[in-house]
Amino acid sequence: MMEPVYLAIPLAPLLAALVAGLGGRLIGRTGAHTVTILAVAVSFVLSVWVLKEQLQDGAAAYNGAVYTWLLTDGVPMEIGFLIDRLTALMMVVVTFVSLMVHVYTVGYMHDDDGYTRFFAYISLFTFSMLMLVMSNNFLQLFFGWEAVGLVSYLLIGFWYTRPTAIFAALKAFLVNRVGDFGFLVGIAGIVHYTGSLDYAHVFHAAPLVAQQSLSLFEGQPWNAMTVICICLFVGAMGKSAQVPLHVWLPDSMEGPTPISALIHAATMVTAGIFMVARMSPLFELSPTALSCVLVIGATTALFMGFLGVVNNDIKRVVAYSTLSQLGYMTVALGASAYAASIFHLMTHAFFKALLFLGAGSVIIAMHHEQDMRRMGGLRRQLPVTYWTTLMGALALVGFPGFSGFFSKDALIEAVAESRLPGAGYALFCVTVGVFVTALYTFRMIFMTFHGEGRMDAHTREHLHESPWVVTVPLVLLAIPSVVVGWPTVGPVLFGGYFGDAIVVQPRHDVLGLLGHEFSGPAGFLLHAFRSAPVYLAAAGAVAAWYLYLKRPDLPAMLRQRLAPLYRVLDAKYGFDWVNENVLAAGARALGRLFWRVGDELLIDGALVNGSARAVGWLAAVTRHLQSGYLYHYAFAMIIGLSALLGWLLWNA
Amino acid sequence: MNVGLPSFLLLAGIVFSIAIVGIFLNRRNLIVLLMCIELMLLAVNFNFIAFGRWLGDLNGQVFVFFILTVAAAESAIGLAILVVLFRERRSINVENLDTMRG
Amino acid sequence: MTANLLTSVLFYFYGAVLVAASLGVVLARNPVRAALCLVLAFFTSAVLWLLLEAEFLGIVLVLVYVGAVMVLFLFVVMMLDINVAQLREGLVRYAWLGALVAGVMIGEVAYVVWFRHLGLPLALDAPPLPLAYSNTKSLGAVLYTDYLLPFQLAAVVLLVAIVAAISLTTRRRPGYKHQDIAAQVAVRSADRLRIVKVEAEKRP
Repeated sequence: MMEPVYLAIPLAPLLAALVAGLGGRLIGRTGAHTVTILAVAVSFVLSVWVLKEQLQDGAAAYNGAVYTWLLTDGVPMEIGFLIDRLTALMMVVVTFVSLMVHVYTVGYMHDDDGYTRFFAYISLFTFSMLMLVMSNNFLQLFFGWEAVGLVSYLLIGFWYTRPTAIFAALKAFLVNRVGDFGFLVGIAGIVHYTGSLDYAHVFHAAPLVAQQSLSLFEGQPWNAMTVICICLFVGAMGKSAQVPLHVWLPDSMEGPTPISALIHAATMVTAGIFMVARMSPLFELSPTALSCVLVIGATTALFMGFLGVVNNDIKRVVAYSTLSQLGYMTVALGASAYAASIFHLMTHAFFKALLFLGAGSVIIAMHHEQDMRRMGGLRRQLPVTYWTTLMGALALVGFPGFSGFFSKDALIEAVAESRLPGAGYALFCVTVGVFVTALYTFRMIFMTFHGEGRMDAHTREHLHESPWVVTVPLVLLAIPSVVVGWPTVGPVLFGGYFGDAIVVQPRHDVLGLLGHEFSGPAGFLLHAFRSAPVYLAAAGAVAAWYLYLKRPDLPAMLRQRLAPLYRVLDAKYGFDWVNENVLAAGARALGRLFWRVGDELLIDGALVNGSARAVGWLAAVTRHLQSGYLYHYAFAMIIGLSALLGWLLWNA
Repeated sequence: MNVGLPSFLLLAGIVFSIAIVGIFLNRRNLIVLLMCIELMLLAVNFNFIAFGRWLGDLNGQVFVFFILTVAAAESAIGLAILVVLFRERRSINVENLDTMRG
Repeated sequence: MTANLLTSVLFYFYGAVLVAASLGVVLARNPVRAALCLVLAFFTSAVLWLLLEAEFLGIVLVLVYVGAVMVLFLFVVMMLDINVAQLREGLVRYAWLGALVAGVMIGEVAYVVWFRHLGLPLALDAPPLPLAYSNTKSLGAVLYTDYLLPFQLAAVVLLVAIVAAISLTTRRRPGYKHQDIAAQVAVRSADRLRIVKVEAEKRP
């Protein structure tokens, strides 16, 4: 009964993308944005309906194939949907943020030449992302995974005349390839051990797989499930930008701001988080993999936050914040608090999209100036942007009562309960991270909206609030950023909202432990005042106020005092340097080696030209035999005759 | 020392070898080359007759008969070609026959 | 015993002459002398073949080879104006190779004869022939029965050789008159005869 609805949700944006992409010239700019916005709106409404069916009417999870693509070696490759509460939540988040971004784009891109192309891309992205989250098998998951990667590549390189954009797009694509390779190996492992691509079947067979071992190196057996999970997580690291595969995300800010909001903050980068949560029945079977997830997430959460403190590009600060928050989600996954992770994913999608769109609004007002050192005091000219961005910032730092507060606090509490190896390190990272988050967030707010204006006179005169297509999405995003936490924290985290969609083993069930103490959002709020994070966040905000408003001379002095530390942060811990000068250069050197030695010397030189040269040489030699002198032929005949006779006698 | 089959075979072998040396020695003179070929055929005929005699087989002589026929034809045509060649080139020097030379 | 001795004497004498004549063919500076040496070689061979009781072939060798082929050789040699000196320049250059090949050949024959008998009755005397044996008669019997078709073919080969030799050496010089038989055969009366209607001349 619901199948047509499920089909319509992803297909509407696809159709719109085709119409806008192929027929953009015919329908024009208005036509392009009308059709895509309508399609995404339809998807959003239907998604909300699906969520309502799941929540209120208690519909059972739907799991069915729509179309069998092919059957190979007994493994059916299908396109199918698994619609449960996890999926429904993701669908609503994706379509809602996407809809907001569509509307916002009308204002942000209105004087861009690639207007219709842009709408085609983001609609295509919506389709891909929906296919990813609605999938009921690994093949479709991988399809969606690659498709969002492709659209991400296209959109980072949207302004394809800028060399930096092309470089960033290529970088994102290549880094994601590394992750995708791991992901693909993981899927291959799953097919190898279970003989199926279907989630239900794989999850059912998972405990058997966990008992098997394989030895990657001689004499060192590994649990098969650990290897599979780590491979899958490598894929998540690429897509969700975890250290060390995070390097592409800051550079992806070369793309237009709506894209940064939609793809590189709210939805696509959370695909890795979603995937791990979806694979919870597998990850739960491997504590090793969970520890790995925990440590990597914690590292990303803290150290990427530091980078946000030193950056001056408004979008990059938000980007590093995204990295850090993705690290938080990953930590929650590692601590088996999948629900907390998805909850943070949801709230983060709202407030991070809001922050990006707010930053975008500032950028519009500043005539595409992104350096915060040239901003300041924008609060008066951009009131709507200021207030909505402030809402987002408060949500981000975890101001009590705001959505981010509930998700982040629950997440930290969950990590504190975890007993996995590495949990102590993770707890330290996420707790310090709260302070860092508040520091860079308010640094951004203060440098942009408060203090003295540092822009030039021309820009100052033309400062004005953005049009309604920009501000309405800001407001619409600000509302859930503020309020969505309060009503949802109880059911999502502790109320068994996800049901069977997420499986947690009893010995890992940190949220279950927390649930015993949970007594409604108000109690949660009060409880928070007895723990550190709230005070750390406040300390961060105060520190930012002191450093950037009260004593603006201090940061420069600190920079000089702590020059070595600053250099490390400014170089982003040297990941880019290593990638470009060791990995990329090494690959190029290896390629050159193969080119010079393998291709030119061996294949071209020895095999292709070599064989030709050998033939030529042989011909040159035998040419001397063909002297053209008759008596030479006569000699050859006679000598051959005597040799033949000798051979006959020898053998006779 | 008795005259047996080996004597004849050896004699034929010597004549044949002399003919070979002749081909190497007179490599330019086409007419001597033809003569050397005749000499070789003669040596071969010797072998046929000697073997036929010792094996009591008349077929050897029949073969010699045919060889003589073919050799006669060969020398006739060879000489005819030689004459034509000389008419064209005013020479029978084999080294001048180098139109085949690449 | 005496017959054996006579055979030995004849064989070694004529064998020596044959080798000498062969060497003469090879080494002679003058092609005419070489041809004459070849004639001598054929003659001695004929004698040795008679010794092998191949009388018919011995006679044929003298008649056909010496009488026809060698005369042809002599004709050609004498007819052509051959620059002998030029032809003999630098002839020793490949002599070593020839000597080597010849040595190998002789070595191989000697090897066969003395070390590898190949199941041949080498040490024996030739089997005696019946008293009433006629070489020509028995050869003819074989040639016209078992080898009838090859014999005919040999005749064809000879015919072809004749035609080839003639057609190769015939010269068509411009200005020479010659018969065109085909044209003569194919001619029609209309080609030769033209009837012209002549007006009767009026008497003035």
